[in-house]
Amino acid sequence: MDFATSFGLIIPEMILSVSGLILLLIAAWGGRESSQPVSIASCIALGAAFFLVAPSVCAGASGPDTLAFGGQFRADAFAGMAKLMIYAAAGAALVVAPAYFDRLKAMRPEFAVLVLFATLGMSIMVSAADLLTLYIGLEMNSLAAYVLAAYLRDDDRSAEAGLKYFVLGALASGILLFGMSLTYGFTGTTSFEGIRMATADGLNGGMLFGVIFMLAGLAFKISAVPFHMWTPDVYEGAPTPVTMFFASAPKVAAIALTARVALEAFGTQAEAWQQVVIFAALASIVVGALGAIGQKNIKRLLAYSSINNVGFILVGLAAANVSGASAMLIYLAFYVAMTVGSFVVVLMMRDENGEPVEGIGDLAGLSTTRPLMAWCLLAIMFSLAGIPPLMGFYGKWMVFQAAVEADLLALAAIGIGASVIGAFYYIKIVKVMFFDEPADVVKAKAGWEHWTLLAISTLFISPIAFLITGWLGSLADMAAAALFFAA
Amino acid sequence: MIGIEHYIVVSSILFVLGVLGIFLNRKNVIVILMAIELILLAVNINLVAFSAFLNDLTGQVFAMFVLTVAAAEAAIGLAILVIYFRRRGTIAVDDINRMKG
Repeated sequence: MDFATSFGLIIPEMILSVSGLILLLIAAWGGRESSQPVSIASCIALGAAFFLVAPSVCAGASGPDTLAFGGQFRADAFAGMAKLMIYAAAGAALVVAPAYFDRLKAMRPEFAVLVLFATLGMSIMVSAADLLTLYIGLEMNSLAAYVLAAYLRDDDRSAEAGLKYFVLGALASGILLFGMSLTYGFTGTTSFEGIRMATADGLNGGMLFGVIFMLAGLAFKISAVPFHMWTPDVYEGAPTPVTMFFASAPKVAAIALTARVALEAFGTQAEAWQQVVIFAALASIVVGALGAIGQKNIKRLLAYSSINNVGFILVGLAAANVSGASAMLIYLAFYVAMTVGSFVVVLMMRDENGEPVEGIGDLAGLSTTRPLMAWCLLAIMFSLAGIPPLMGFYGKWMVFQAAVEADLLALAAIGIGASVIGAFYYIKIVKVMFFDEPADVVKAKAGWEHWTLLAISTLFISPIAFLITGWLGSLADMAAAALFFAA
Repeated sequence: MIGIEHYIVVSSILFVLGVLGIFLNRKNVIVILMAIELILLAVNINLVAFSAFLNDLTGQVFAMFVLTVAAAEAAIGLAILVIYFRRRGTIAVDDINRMKG
């Protein structure tokens, strides 16, 4: 493979990195006034990257032609599909950010640049075909994310969120890196293909430690139990647009990366890591559901909800087959829509002075004061709870079907049982909105961009989306097939 | 004769010390930053030892990347710590408790 072909495969990443660097210079010279043009230009760059990735997803790109730079980077349909979700989620975060930060006089052009660089890191992560690429992508995303969490530097909670995220994120990178060094030492290679060949006739002790450490490090990044402690604090403390970004894009990237490591690099030794993934999946579902019950702050509640959802996605990974990988992608697509929608509602929760309110009690009686918002949130909450005919149910159904196909009946049964616990707190929010005395706190008018995003995400999870599930399913099947073809 | 297992033992001890340093330390955040560096250096010892043992340069290249990223990570960590200190006037680990749940 010559160099030009390699560069052809990384055009989306090149667009992101070059525009990020140029915009950084513009931000440095232009100062605060340049924040609006820089945001718009970042959105355009994300959109351009989105439409450049889309053809490879529709064509189901797979095989050796997708490998760039001597096996460092893989631009196949699986990576492509994850990238589409990442770019869309990052774009959504950029769109809602100005309204939030302008009120605090904190809108600076760096915000958009940081989001661009984080997105570039995630893009590299999901395309990693080598431990080195994996590490560089992951760190590029994390370093930008630490800064984003502490973005409101005059706010106690934001600074604390940044500090906590940094310490635990750095620890996770260290654990992941230690696992990678062991994997390298005992397999003699850092490429996923090489690792797959070296582990084909069984794992020795060193390799087993390697894969377990790597999965532990990645579990931090996807906030799966038992490595979830940072999630509620960081989600609560970080500025809401940043929280929305954290809950959507990096989750997709880290889950796609975990799938690649588990299914591609260690795919022949599924029994070795399956137990760990099954445990993490069940523990995440249960802890996510129980932890959310007592929460009063809606951002904390959504943090536990994301832990809960990660559990369901890991059920698809535990299945370790093509339909499991495809179900993960479908679940992720709906998860991103539900997350963006619910955080847009959180962003719209502002009192008459425009101050954000975050209490669940502040939603009381929303159905009489702001009926449209209440009905949208109702749809999103029912979808998160997995109530048919909303699309959250479809995602869960696909995941559990894959688990049953892989003979993981106990996992599927316990998972479905535990999802009932989760339904409790989602429905509690609906009860507060529809049956409690109106608190009449949420008064400020939301801008058109909020309503547009809310409408798009609500439509995407509404029963109307059954029209596109066939198409989405075939894309996800092709992407999953690409993941297994590479392997 | 010093073999590969000696290197692995040393790096594992350093790694465990680093992890314990993060969890057991109740004094201040600078110690946590040092513990993180310790973890990354344990990884580097591993990588370089394996690289020499396997006669393969990839490990040393990897170690270079780890060093570079570690420097960037420390810079960002200290920057966040400075922001935090300006707001709260303390960097004691026990005081990082504005949010609980």
